[in-house]
Amino acid sequence: MILGMPILSVVIWLPILAGLAVLATGGDRNANMARMIALVGSILGFLVAIPLYTQFNPSTAGMQFTEMVPWVERFHVNYHLGLDGISLWLVLLNCFTTPLVVIAGWKVIENKVAQYMAAFLIMSGIVNGVFMALDALLFYVFWEAMLIPMFIIIGVWGGPNRVYAAIKFFLYTLLGSLLMLVALIYLYNKSGSFNILDYYRLPIGITAQIFIFIAFFLAFAVKVPMWPVHTWLPDAHVEAPTGGSVVLAAIMLKVGAYGFLRFSLPIAPDASHALSGFMITLSLIAVIYIGLVALVQTDMKKLIAYSSISHMGFVTLGIFIFNSIGTEGAIVQMISHGLVSGAMFLCVGVLYDRMHSRKISDYGGVANKMPMFAAFFMLFAMANSGLPGTSGFAGEFMVILGAMKANFWLAFGAATTLVFGAAYTLWMFKRVIFGAIANSHVAELADISGREFLFLAILAIGVLGMGLYPLPVSELMHASVSDLLAHVAHSKL
Amino acid sequence: MNFSVPDFTPALPEIFLLCALSAILVVDLFIEDAKRFTTYLLTQGALAISVVVTIMTAHMSPVHTFSGMYVSDMMTSVLKVGTFLSVMILLSYSRDYLQKRGLFRGEFYTLTLFTTLGMLVMISASNFLTLYLGLELMSLSLYAMVALQRDSSISTEAAMKYFVLGALASGLLLYGMSMLYGATGSLDVSRILEVIRSGQANNNVLVFGVVFVVAGLGFKLGAVPFHMWIPDVYHGAPTAITLFIGSAPKLAAFAFVLRILAGGLQPLVHDWSQMLAILSVLSMGLGNITAIAQTNLKRMLAYSTISHMGFLLLGILSGTVNGYSSAMFYVLIYALMTLGGFGMIMLLSREGFEADNLDDYRGLNARSPWHAFVMLLLMFSMAGIPPTVGFYAKFSVLQAALNAGHLGIVIAAVMFSLIGAFYYLRIVKLMYFDAPVDHSPIVGTSDCRILLGVNGLAMLLLGILPSSLMALCAQSIQSAGF
Repeated sequence: MILGMPILSVVIWLPILAGLAVLATGGDRNANMARMIALVGSILGFLVAIPLYTQFNPSTAGMQFTEMVPWVERFHVNYHLGLDGISLWLVLLNCFTTPLVVIAGWKVIENKVAQYMAAFLIMSGIVNGVFMALDALLFYVFWEAMLIPMFIIIGVWGGPNRVYAAIKFFLYTLLGSLLMLVALIYLYNKSGSFNILDYYRLPIGITAQIFIFIAFFLAFAVKVPMWPVHTWLPDAHVEAPTGGSVVLAAIMLKVGAYGFLRFSLPIAPDASHALSGFMITLSLIAVIYIGLVALVQTDMKKLIAYSSISHMGFVTLGIFIFNSIGTEGAIVQMISHGLVSGAMFLCVGVLYDRMHSRKISDYGGVANKMPMFAAFFMLFAMANSGLPGTSGFAGEFMVILGAMKANFWLAFGAATTLVFGAAYTLWMFKRVIFGAIANSHVAELADISGREFLFLAILAIGVLGMGLYPLPVSELMHASVSDLLAHVAHSKL
Repeated sequence: MNFSVPDFTPALPEIFLLCALSAILVVDLFIEDAKRFTTYLLTQGALAISVVVTIMTAHMSPVHTFSGMYVSDMMTSVLKVGTFLSVMILLSYSRDYLQKRGLFRGEFYTLTLFTTLGMLVMISASNFLTLYLGLELMSLSLYAMVALQRDSSISTEAAMKYFVLGALASGLLLYGMSMLYGATGSLDVSRILEVIRSGQANNNVLVFGVVFVVAGLGFKLGAVPFHMWIPDVYHGAPTAITLFIGSAPKLAAFAFVLRILAGGLQPLVHDWSQMLAILSVLSMGLGNITAIAQTNLKRMLAYSTISHMGFLLLGILSGTVNGYSSAMFYVLIYALMTLGGFGMIMLLSREGFEADNLDDYRGLNARSPWHAFVMLLLMFSMAGIPPTVGFYAKFSVLQAALNAGHLGIVIAAVMFSLIGAFYYLRIVKLMYFDAPVDHSPIVGTSDCRILLGVNGLAMLLLGILPSSLMALCAQSIQSAGF
């Protein structure tokens, strides 16, 4: 509670209400009004989230700003919200991304504007709910509800193969979620409660833990996405409109990793330890193999999509080495990846809006015509390849340090990403930006507009700020991470 | 010989409806075709008063009357109110549809009321004979309604199939009931329960009887492998009547199943729950997989109904109070979803155009964003995606089944519902992602449009606040004392 307001509920419901208000503007005749309401709504959504940061107490691991109202009495489900050092950053990232997405779609989207803006606002609220829910069923409701706006975004405003991509995205993620639902019902039947925090103390046998872990794994691994259940992501990214790709990369992928931290590790600690080798192997495959796959892509969006999978491999690696620097590194990497991949997709979007092509071979020498854009793109490309001084470095370095504590060869494998990441990102950058002007279309390119400058500059500040001074980020999550690791270390058998 | 006047209050809604129905039957004869609207109003009025009567005479704990042949408790009252409301919604949705097809006749309304009366008797009966009486009253009226469009060969064929298979099912049911009578010496549900509990009945005969009863019930619900009539009847009947068959009778059938299995045969739960498990998994599987191949929306919804019945059985087969109340919640939500789905088909249809092909929904979002949104809510609710109420329906039956230890069936159920999500999503895809082929404006009476909007929003509102309806179901089952 801040100023007598249930702040977490405000952070969830304000964007959703703004989204409904946008929908109420109706058809495309009122498109400008829809855009304005969406912008105001998303900025307000970010502003109300700021007190979460300023009022947050970093010295405690407990849930803060909690709210609890009985919701479905028959199943003892509560509308139970709370925030800790892990979810705080993800909520802030989400609230920060939404206005950028609204600005990015300002001119580009001309068809069904109100529905487009409303879908993003509503999704923003729902994702906040995912990060704040402390009740398992409430979490599940937000988790699944998230699919509906994303499905519509990909399917309505996406590229040529959007229908296939949208349905694949939906069914893939639903597959994992349904098994998670079974696991949650099992936990409820065993404990008589849907409170996630109660599950942390619930003793569970090793077989049951392994089944629960696998059920959660399917749900979260699909979202992260981990190899080999990543195949929906390149399709969804390529077909989604720019805003959709940004939200997918910056936010959607994070809910999977968040799920591991909130559910899998503390609820099934023994299974997590037993299966950590498996998880680490999958993470390393994602880091190395998907890194190589990214190298051969000819489509820019696909390349960034594969790069996202590879970076998220780092996150899962950091989570499953069970030490504090690794876990914190994983969270820092999540935030950083949210900024960097969002920025990369926006950069590709800027090019796509002008040329209507995502093929690397259609470009060349863009720097001659768009110098300012080239400078921004350069910064984000560097961050994507993990250059010190950018946010990309901070997270990767912490995870590698954590891995080094666990095992040298693990750290060695993980560190190859610095090579591959630089290779695929910079090679793409070179082919698109540098060289002679490739064709007449490139020759007609105009540099970025004020609107584009605005969102790229905001992201650039974020990327540099986090790269140069990451301490506040890890400081606020420190207590929560140690508490989490204490749960993981404590056997439930 | 003593004759005492029975207590009529538990049957007051039925008695009132019968009187009103007889009056409407006579009044309608003197109304000319142009003023048929009066019949419609009288019917709606009779149903509305019946709702009031039901609520006024509701009993918190079971009250038996007519020598134990009839019972009234909270479950029967809730289900009766549900039946009345869904018939009223149906009548409102279908008025325009019937007018355009020359079916806006007195027979439709009187048959509807007879069917409703049959359902009420099914819900309240506590004796095999009364149960059967109600079932036949409902079924015979429905057979006639399916054939109401006399010139249509497809409707007539559907009616014929419905009648033959329905009669077969009734035969099976009666045969099973006679076995149970043979084993226990009574037709009274509570007496049968006592005899079975006391262990005096011959177990072989009992189980034999249970098999036939379950098969008969399976036919009536439309569970696989007794589902063959559903797609043809749904497809062949005029949409208004398809909607009728698909909605309220399932409430009555639920009460019927519960009264026999949970009321009378509770000690044999182990036997019938195994049978229901097979029916349930097959229904969910076949219903969901076959629905994918359909190009006709009515047929698709028919298969979807089959799969919903599988989920309903999942709640019943857990054999616990928790499971029964989950199933009751499921069936109420199911009726609401079906009303909305078929209501949309009727709203979009015009003279000479049934709007029952999937392609007719292409680009609905461009034609009418509001109706597309309502349909979206209905489809996601049928698929069981939160935050729509369909999720809680599925969730509560899954929870009950898992609590009863049916892990394998639960996993099969979620996998089949994943498959099911595909064809519901396809409707959303057609509405939102495709360009419209048909640009004609959507016409429809305003009461129908408003009601349909409310119906769609109810999916969302009940999804956000499902608590009170769930509590009502739980309390109803508690009070019925299963």
